[in-house]
Amino acid sequence: MSDTNTTGNGTTETKTASHEGEPNRRAFLHLTTGAFAAIGAANVAWPLIDQMNPDASMRALASIEVDLDAVEVGQSLTITWRGKPVFIRRRTQDEIRDAENVSLDALPDPEADKSRAENPEWLVMVGVCTHLGCVPLGQAGEFNGWFCPCHGSHYDTSGRIRKGPAPKNLEIPPYQFVSDSRIKIG
Amino acid sequence: MSGESTYQPNNGFTKWMDTRLPLLRLAHDSFVDYPTPKNLNYWWTFGGILTFCLVTQIITGIILAMHYTPHVDHAFNSVEHIMRNVNHGWLIRYIHANGASMFFLAVYIHIFRGMYYGSYKAPREVLWILGVIIYLLMMAAAFMGYVLPWGQMSLWGATVITNLFGAIPLVGDSIATWLWGGFSVDNPTLNRFFSLHYLIPFLIFGVVILHIWALHVPGNNNPVGISVKSEQDTVPFHPYYTVKDGFALVIFMILFSYFVFFAPNVLGHADNYIPANPLVTPAHIVPEWYLLPFYAILRAIPDKLGGVIAMVGAIFILFVLPWLDTSKIRSARYRPLFKQFFLIFVVNCLVLGYLGAMPAEGVYITLARICTIYYFAHFLIILPLLGLVEKPREIPESISASILPETAASPAE
Repeated sequence: MSDTNTTGNGTTETKTASHEGEPNRRAFLHLTTGAFAAIGAANVAWPLIDQMNPDASMRALASIEVDLDAVEVGQSLTITWRGKPVFIRRRTQDEIRDAENVSLDALPDPEADKSRAENPEWLVMVGVCTHLGCVPLGQAGEFNGWFCPCHGSHYDTSGRIRKGPAPKNLEIPPYQFVSDSRIKIG
Repeated sequence: MSGESTYQPNNGFTKWMDTRLPLLRLAHDSFVDYPTPKNLNYWWTFGGILTFCLVTQIITGIILAMHYTPHVDHAFNSVEHIMRNVNHGWLIRYIHANGASMFFLAVYIHIFRGMYYGSYKAPREVLWILGVIIYLLMMAAAFMGYVLPWGQMSLWGATVITNLFGAIPLVGDSIATWLWGGFSVDNPTLNRFFSLHYLIPFLIFGVVILHIWALHVPGNNNPVGISVKSEQDTVPFHPYYTVKDGFALVIFMILFSYFVFFAPNVLGHADNYIPANPLVTPAHIVPEWYLLPFYAILRAIPDKLGGVIAMVGAIFILFVLPWLDTSKIRSARYRPLFKQFFLIFVVNCLVLGYLGAMPAEGVYITLARICTIYYFAHFLIILPLLGLVEKPREIPESISASILPETAASPAE
């Protein structure tokens, strides 16, 4: 704006516009108006987009408690948490040994069994295949852990991915033992 | 196309209208006196058939929505209610469900016809791209529609497909959660799918109008692939092609009716008559037949993100087909090598479809990998190279010359 535009006259503005690369008053107004319109549009768009995210009633599905008294060694329990199945398995000594004796180098998603099951007898996992979300079958597959029938992912007795298209181990939900025979998930 | 409008409004009202909103003129110029190559064969009747399919789906769909309840507790039962209680509900639902399959059957023939006769080449690239957009919208509509009955295949099909988005690095999980409106496919998901399933057909309708517009600028391609050179090469759309399209449509409706009345469930999956259960996945999840080739490609890649990229790429590669094919010759009739590779490509797609329906293990995976590689090689290697090495056959002078006997010039009588 080196030239004076005080006249507001069209011819004067045209002349200044031809001044090399210098934005004139009109270009400035165009730019700022456009920018504010874009910011406004984005602000209106956000609620329209965000309404599709989980609503308050979904987010409020905090936690559930499960009684484990009836589960014998070698048995499993499937419960629903946040609309997803959660596997609770009381593992046998063989299964625990198999899970602990695996070299971490052999795992696509290396994770020690100890860090997956704080009490080795109880394995608690979200029963959703990390590939495309199917529910794996228990005590099946090449590693005698879980096997997803949809696209052939094999998990071991610690729920770790060993073979097939799934990229990650079965997820461990947040949980804690309330007492020896009660567990709180979530 | 060439030529001035020949529309003549013949009464007071149409004359009055014509100077205000010349809708009748547009219809006349587009579907009555529209100059059309005179050599179109029956492969060219599928545009009309597809329009019929779209209208059928919209009408039956609006009716079904009057009786359907998009809630996880009621959806399955409301579909059974349509089947058992609603007057003619069984008929309307079977037309809608089989109509989807018929729609895809017709669209695949339409797409392969375009590929065989080079209908995607200049100056019809935009026409082709609009077609691919329609195809994508059709897949979205079909997928969401399949979820609505809320059977086992509905739930788990939706789970698998929405989890594909989870493969996107960093934001994948957030996108999946956003799509679901929860932490898994649940009531919010069903609700929004119903809303979108109702919307998409009207989007398709809009793109179809653009598709026809883009068709009517350069005019129809034709079996010899050479452009119309004079009026001698064309006939008016009506009555020549209205009758031809009408006849083909009747034949198509016979096939359609066969499925609706005699085999209404043969294209579906029995598991979808089991109410959705979020705790048990069916042993063998398969999509509807028309998505199987892409499903085979997805499973052929032993990596989550890689599989998703390959599957999406298999569809999106169609967008750039006009620029991958380096040959200037449109019709396969004059491309001896392309003709054979086209046939292999079609068979390869069918084999992929078969493999998509088989369990993902052993020899099926190996075969699916070979077919996937071939699928991409067809577009990325064979088509670009063919245009450079192939020696085309001699092209006739004009459309007329290609169909009239050479002796026609000499006086016969």
